[in-house]
Amino acid sequence: MSSTEPTSAPNRSLPDRLRSRFEGPNTIGDSRGFWVGFVVAVAALAVYPVFGDGSQLSLFMVLALLGLSLSVVWGYSGVLSFGQVVFFGIGAYTFGVVSINFATPGGITAAVVAGIVGGGLSAAILGYFMFYGGVRDVYVTIITLVSTIVMHTFMAQTAGSEWAIGEAALGGFNGMPDIPVLTLGVEGASYQFMYNPFPMRVIGIGSFELSPFYYLVLVLLVGTYLGLRVLVNSDYGRVMVAVREDEDRTEMFGYNVTRIKFVVFTLGGALAGLSGVLYAARNVYIDPTVFSLLFATLPVIWVSIGGRKSLLGAVVATLAIEYLRISMAGELALVLLGTLLLVTILVLPGGFVPWVHRQIVDARLGPGEAGGPDAPDASSEVSD
Amino acid sequence: MVNGINLALQFLDSFAFIVLAAAGLAIIFGIMGVINLAHGEFILIGAYTSTLSVTHLGIPLAVAIPIGGVVTALFGILTERVIISGAVPNYVSQRTLDRDIIEPLYDRLADSMVATFGLSLILTQGTRIAFGNSIDGLSTPFGPIEYGAFSYSTYRIVLAAVSIGLLVATYYLFTRTEFGMRARATIQDKETARAMGVDTERMYMLTFGIGSGLAGLTGALFAPVITMRPTLGDQFLVESFVAVVVGGPSVVLGTALSGGVLGAILAVFSNLYGTFIGRIALLVAALIALRFLPDGITGFIEQLRKRRQESE
Repeated sequence: MSSTEPTSAPNRSLPDRLRSRFEGPNTIGDSRGFWVGFVVAVAALAVYPVFGDGSQLSLFMVLALLGLSLSVVWGYSGVLSFGQVVFFGIGAYTFGVVSINFATPGGITAAVVAGIVGGGLSAAILGYFMFYGGVRDVYVTIITLVSTIVMHTFMAQTAGSEWAIGEAALGGFNGMPDIPVLTLGVEGASYQFMYNPFPMRVIGIGSFELSPFYYLVLVLLVGTYLGLRVLVNSDYGRVMVAVREDEDRTEMFGYNVTRIKFVVFTLGGALAGLSGVLYAARNVYIDPTVFSLLFATLPVIWVSIGGRKSLLGAVVATLAIEYLRISMAGELALVLLGTLLLVTILVLPGGFVPWVHRQIVDARLGPGEAGGPDAPDASSEVSD
Repeated sequence: MVNGINLALQFLDSFAFIVLAAAGLAIIFGIMGVINLAHGEFILIGAYTSTLSVTHLGIPLAVAIPIGGVVTALFGILTERVIISGAVPNYVSQRTLDRDIIEPLYDRLADSMVATFGLSLILTQGTRIAFGNSIDGLSTPFGPIEYGAFSYSTYRIVLAAVSIGLLVATYYLFTRTEFGMRARATIQDKETARAMGVDTERMYMLTFGIGSGLAGLTGALFAPVITMRPTLGDQFLVESFVAVVVGGPSVVLGTALSGGVLGAILAVFSNLYGTFIGRIALLVAALIALRFLPDGITGFIEQLRKRRQESE
């Protein structure tokens, strides 16, 4: 291509070639500076439990996976889904039911897989029902919203003893307690991730205990983020974005739009299922509030505020908003949160992270060059 | 026989509930393309206004109900100016920063949803701070009517009648008056309407106001029969969205038809298997309806009509 893209030179080094897989027009942060910052941020998250409440942050990181699942489905493929919490909840409940019935390391490992498959499968069924039935746009949103309410109404009344799968009682509003602690592996070669802190001693700081679950979630989150970056910058990702921008035109080019939406929706469901599994494992408990209207709206809020066309935005906004939600105590907390949402969406409709990115790019290019090819602004995009 | 009466009354009740819940939203969501997640809180404003007017100011209920509607309509107009169209902040920013800071939320479904969700958080929590976790409710007027071994609240039958009246009035307003024509022209094609001399800004504002007013009226009408708490709007939200979407593009007719169909399903299943199954049946029916009639009931009717015209 042009000389402005050094990564396309034929004799580039291995790191450059590796980097090019993660970079492209569909993600922000295609510079050396970004990756340095990324490594610093991950390192900061890795040492955070030494100084702060790692248990709380692990919850936020689990939810960030849920945010990422919506970012792929909505931000990159244009399917606004309220149903991510359905797949999240189904993943969590599946994990709970399977692990209670088979409370051995092998059984719990299988329960994790079952939860992910459960999330993906339920998304596939709902997606098949919708996309192959010609349901589009806002109707997809409403159908997923109604699915959430159906699940909430249904799970809330499963209090009776007849609502049990094997040993596991669904428990209605009281939820499902006593989910076994997350242990991965097979009998004889397994590792317990919850309630199994490993002590550390660093000269000068002192000794402290670190939770393996925190690092499991951190690795999964970073891995998922990087994996999705590869996906959205691949050829398939470009078609996903084409579907988002104009379904009819993409169809005209010979792509099977219905199948792409179906596949992405299923992938998003599996990712939400993974998030649900970790959520249930972290709380060793799950109840129907995960299907409530408030919880169903949260992913949409994280992704909108962070910037729906940005994977990084979904992660950053999830961590930030959940932190604010937990830490703003008192009766004015919800009023402040509401105001924050309102002002952010009105003043920064593209989201916070893309806005910050544009400020950085503008500052680096200088005022004269701002708005050049490296700084695509919102107005130049195809809108429908 | 008696069970037949029970079923009929239950149907009327479900019908009134669905139609009234959906009436305001049908205009705001169906016509203006704004997903108003604060719809439940508009209902809340109407309910609280009318209840407080009765309990604190001693105004008779028959007057307090329209007051609830009017106050909510005014609040809706304020919301439209400040948040949805951004006219007020833009007026200020034009004079201070020389540019608009807010793009109108019309037909930006996701953004309107986040914004109105923020508004709904503020309103619910604001109500809780101002009035506490509940306020004194009103007693249901008119008393019961007796038949056989059963009795039924007269007020609920009045609600059914009012819901039909509101549908007729809304239909008349939007199809038979000059205001309605201008409003529909604005929504169909803003540029052309403006070229023909329609004040489109004003039309958006008034249409949003009418939608909010209807929501407030719903709240005021249901105030005597529901518990007065800050989250009372939630119970209307789901049914209203479902009814509007199942109804389809022709807003008033669609609301009436989906109120009829969904109301019948809700009544029959509640009567046979209890309220829980009734609610699940309503939602599942809505899912199936959307799958097979993606444009709602009125979209389907429109399609049939077109096909018949083509074959002739």
